[in-house]
Amino acid sequence: MTGVKLRKAKNVLMTLLMLAATAAILFPLVIIFAHIVKMGFSSISLDFFLHIPKPTGETGGGMANGMLGSLVLIGMASAIGLPIGIFGAIYLSEYGGGRISKVIRFAADVLNGIPSIITGMVAYTLIVVPMKGFSAFAGAVALALIMTPIVLRTAEEQLKLVPNSLREASLALGVPLWRTTFKVTLRSAMTGVMTGVLLAVARIAGETAPLLFTALGNMFWSKKLTEPIAAMPLQIFNFAISPYEDWHRLAWAGALVLVTLMFTISLATRYFSRQKY
Amino acid sequence: MPASSESGRNMKNDNCAIEAGAGSIVETGSSLQKMKKMLNGDFIFKGITVFFAFSIILILLLMLFEMTSQSLPSIRKFGWDFIYSSQWDAVTEEFGALPFIFGSVVSSILALLLATPLSVGAAIFLTEITPRKIGGIISSLVELLAAIPSVIYGLWGVLVMAPWLQRTVQPFLIEHFGSLPFFQGAPYGVSMLAAVLILMIMVIPIITSITKEILMAVPQSQREAAIALGATRWEMIRMAVLPYGRSGILGSVILGLGRAIGETMAVTMVIGNTPQISLSLLNPAYTMPSVIANEFAETTSDMHASALMEIGLILLAVTLIINIIARFLVWSVTRGESRGGMIQ
Repeated sequence: MTGVKLRKAKNVLMTLLMLAATAAILFPLVIIFAHIVKMGFSSISLDFFLHIPKPTGETGGGMANGMLGSLVLIGMASAIGLPIGIFGAIYLSEYGGGRISKVIRFAADVLNGIPSIITGMVAYTLIVVPMKGFSAFAGAVALALIMTPIVLRTAEEQLKLVPNSLREASLALGVPLWRTTFKVTLRSAMTGVMTGVLLAVARIAGETAPLLFTALGNMFWSKKLTEPIAAMPLQIFNFAISPYEDWHRLAWAGALVLVTLMFTISLATRYFSRQKY
Repeated sequence: MPASSESGRNMKNDNCAIEAGAGSIVETGSSLQKMKKMLNGDFIFKGITVFFAFSIILILLLMLFEMTSQSLPSIRKFGWDFIYSSQWDAVTEEFGALPFIFGSVVSSILALLLATPLSVGAAIFLTEITPRKIGGIISSLVELLAAIPSVIYGLWGVLVMAPWLQRTVQPFLIEHFGSLPFFQGAPYGVSMLAAVLILMIMVIPIITSITKEILMAVPQSQREAAIALGATRWEMIRMAVLPYGRSGILGSVILGLGRAIGETMAVTMVIGNTPQISLSLLNPAYTMPSVIANEFAETTSDMHASALMEIGLILLAVTLIINIIARFLVWSVTRGESRGGMIQ
């Protein structure tokens, strides 16, 4: 074989190998996805959305308390995490520059890389131990710690994209900087900031590890924010490792709901970011 | 207002300008009160943003402080033995983390060894070979799959993959490769092998999407130069694209390692949670996050809690170092191409 032919053969061989690698990474992911859809749809029913889990041995039941619990946790976490993230982002993009901003960005990136179970441990020592009990509030704090750096970094990027001429126009009209930031800068970047918020919500909606020893989980409805609360990911975990067929079905249905939520959010963010500028 | 005319990227300077401007405006009298109000609004506003921005640093320091101070009883009692000892007994309060460190290191490294060639190969295929549109569709599919929560991978792992391994793969390995120390024992299903496979599946989307970003940051001129010299496409990739992105690709692999080491739920569900050090991939094992997940909510003594905290501290230190190195490597390739984006 001449040199050129050998080189071309090598080219074809490597291309095929890379094609094989692509197929190999897609294969398990497609299988998992297919399983979730198949098992989820065969397990899901109206009851799933309306009832709390039945005790072992009885069939039926749902994850209504888990879904509400997750909503409560996400809402509380957002109430804590969004102000820190968005105001922090405003500082970085509007006042920032200099070494201290670099430190803040670095701290946010480091926080983002901390395994979520560690966040749970910290929330446990900070909230659960002093309050002498597992609570929805502790779970929300743990989730807020995960959410904040994501919101901060994405919101900062989006605020930086707002053209300076918009700020200048507003300031030239005598609008104070803080109103300019709210009414002009933040408003122009709104879709982008919302995208970041949605991504953060998608991330914490599926987090399980930080809730294990903060929100703890609950087989029933929670009446107060100071008592343990159910959450979908926790229920999926507990039901998946249980030996009961019926609970497995609930776990699959829960997985389908969570995955549908993730994909909806993901599509929504894609749609938002396409419309930008 | 004089300050507004020179508004620029750096608003800090603007603020000084506003303050300087305020002095000259005193004479105008009528607008003085209004002006003061504005300045106050800006001052308060800036104060709020500074407070929240700095609270990020405080949160990080608080986390580091809490993890360290809560670990102190365990650090004082066991010292370096904590890392070498493989005793884990809540009754006698003897704690050593070796089996967990072993499990974490082995499962993550094996998962990375399996995932890296596949992910990098796929990333090259998606950026260099497929038409942009098809590549884009497949990559957004991969990114969607990266967003699936780990507990769902665990659900699939424990209910579908582990039984499948137990029925088919593990008996096959025992029969044909049973003489090797890596494939000895009984087919349990839940095992180190299951953890390695589930981690591999979970880090593939991360490494693939970051490597793709890196490859897209390689300047087109590099490719054109190689093609102009008569290189085949593979030669172009090997000689022009990969060397340029080498450190970034390494960074993406290390980021994957950070993710794999900290991964909790999926691994906890499939690894079997047995604190033992065994060469065989078929035996159950335990990892650092798993033992925290399983035991931290119901610790039997303060020392037990402190020992788990120390495991958390080790995990925290390892992931911090890994992430900082990885980010620096990824950044070294992409900094010229774009400001910001998902990888900084």
